[in-house]
Amino acid sequence: MLKQCEGSHAVAEAVALCRPEVICAYPISPQTHIVEGIGEMVKSGELKDCEFINVESEFAAMSVAIGSSAAGARTYTATASQGLLFMVEAVFNASGLGLPIVMTVANRAIGAPINIWNDHSDSISQRDCGWIQLFAETNQEALDLHIQAFKLAEELSLPVMVCMDGFILTHAYERVDMPTQAQVDAFLPPYEPRQVLDPCEPVSIGAMVGPEAFMEVRYLAHAKQMQALELIPQLATEFKAVFGRDTGGLTRTYRADDAETIVVAMGSILGTIKDVVDEMRDAGEKIGVLGITSFRPFPLEAVREALKNAKRVVVLEKSLAIGIGGILASDVRKALRKLPIDVYTVIAGLGGRAITMKSLHGLFQKMKQEDAESVTFLDLDWNVVNRQLERERLKRRTGPAAESMLRDVGTVASKIA
Amino acid sequence: MFQVRIHGRGGQGVVTAAEMLSIAAFEEGRHAQAFPSFGSERTGAPVVAFCRIADKEIRLREPIMAPDALIIQDPTLLHQVDVFAGLKKGGYILINTNKTFEQLGLADFLRDWPHDRLCTVAATDLSRKHVGRPMPNVPLLAGFAALSEIIKLESVIMAINDKFSGKVAAGNIAGATEAHDIVRAEMEEARRQEAAHA
Repeated sequence: MLKQCEGSHAVAEAVALCRPEVICAYPISPQTHIVEGIGEMVKSGELKDCEFINVESEFAAMSVAIGSSAAGARTYTATASQGLLFMVEAVFNASGLGLPIVMTVANRAIGAPINIWNDHSDSISQRDCGWIQLFAETNQEALDLHIQAFKLAEELSLPVMVCMDGFILTHAYERVDMPTQAQVDAFLPPYEPRQVLDPCEPVSIGAMVGPEAFMEVRYLAHAKQMQALELIPQLATEFKAVFGRDTGGLTRTYRADDAETIVVAMGSILGTIKDVVDEMRDAGEKIGVLGITSFRPFPLEAVREALKNAKRVVVLEKSLAIGIGGILASDVRKALRKLPIDVYTVIAGLGGRAITMKSLHGLFQKMKQEDAESVTFLDLDWNVVNRQLERERLKRRTGPAAESMLRDVGTVASKIA
Repeated sequence: MFQVRIHGRGGQGVVTAAEMLSIAAFEEGRHAQAFPSFGSERTGAPVVAFCRIADKEIRLREPIMAPDALIIQDPTLLHQVDVFAGLKKGGYILINTNKTFEQLGLADFLRDWPHDRLCTVAATDLSRKHVGRPMPNVPLLAGFAALSEIIKLESVIMAINDKFSGKVAAGNIAGATEAHDIVRAEMEEARRQEAAHA
């Protein structure tokens, strides 16, 4: 049924349709509305046979998720930003133990300095934690990916993060097609765990493994992610058969067939990029888009296939690997090994900096020039950076950097973009 | 695509207004996207929310920098925030006030503006009267429906019923209907004057 609602609400409803048995969460913006929504459904009795557990922290949220998943319950939680960082030890344990927990990460920047706005630093910081990471472009896709995520997680016994842009998607009202319970039931069978903590048939989960087998157990996690490369497109096909929508899969191209320039990105920024690409296509430019849905496992072959005929690839990412530049761009470069294609890294939108069509137009024109820089920071105010660097050259006790730079910028509270 | 920017203060239902505008447009079979500007959602602090309305899927995620219409929920913002930034020439302006544009000191700025694009309505008074609280967002939305004719009053009422229930919904519907009547009468008067001048 079509409805106009908030992204968080759409995800809450979709998760409820997946018949979760345990929800454990700690509120952190911009994820809060999701678990609040599910909490209300549990309390009202709309979501039956489900226990909602208020925990004291994100570390507890993931720890409870591990316990309930190991006991055989379909388990869901959600977090963002510092919350994800606070649960990291347990995040690694969940994947190491092979527990199919599904978690929404409502993507948000990481401090310091304190910033509650959107970028991808939080989930990207966990790229190697063993969880599958799927990125949603729209609220419809976020909703759909959650339904696929439970099936993917449970078939592989691996946890899945569904990453959706905090605020930009979670707080946006837009049209979604909400599936029926019958459709979700037809797609997602009841959870059949590989391992259960059951007093009648006692087992140990999480025993010490020494050098004699640690590498093999670790490799198994890698092998499962490689299996996910096969399973993710398969589930997208099954999903389409039941729901009639093209959602998920590893990657998605847009007007890329004859493109000389292909822009690679993840998440909601793909929409703005597509609008820019349409305008540039109208002006005769050969430009297209590759959206990455599955960031982990990273679909090297699909990316190579999509990009192999391009002259240049512009990877636009909402995270920064401090000390080297791009993270997604490094993965894309690996996919294009030995191909004569220039790959450019563009760091954009950190801490909620708006990425505008105007800036993207300018950027894509600049990238066509021979002397385009390999790493670009979109709309970075060099004056602010240089003034701070100059202060630090001239004086020892310059005080806290962020506060000095904020003073240089002046008040920003009332700016629109 | 039609783009609306709503300015107000934390606690005045600015974000809710944008959401309801998107619901009203959805009820008329259109695509709509509403989202807040984030970060300063403290009571009394300047807040901005946005709504795009179109006949196809809306993919754009940038803030609305060149709006077709402005709804200003608090006239004291005129002295604090550049509310008119990027407004398209001849765009709609609806301000919550019991003053005129002249009394607000906007006569010079709006000298060449088409009269049927400008309106003020005392929405806070209307919400006090019908809901018992100073919550100007819903009367303004209904006033905006009358001013722009982008959405119908019936769709605003559907959005009210989506967001509220019981006495609050009934009060808001009464406030919305009165605001719609007031603005429609003002618009008819403005058009009569425009025709007389022409």
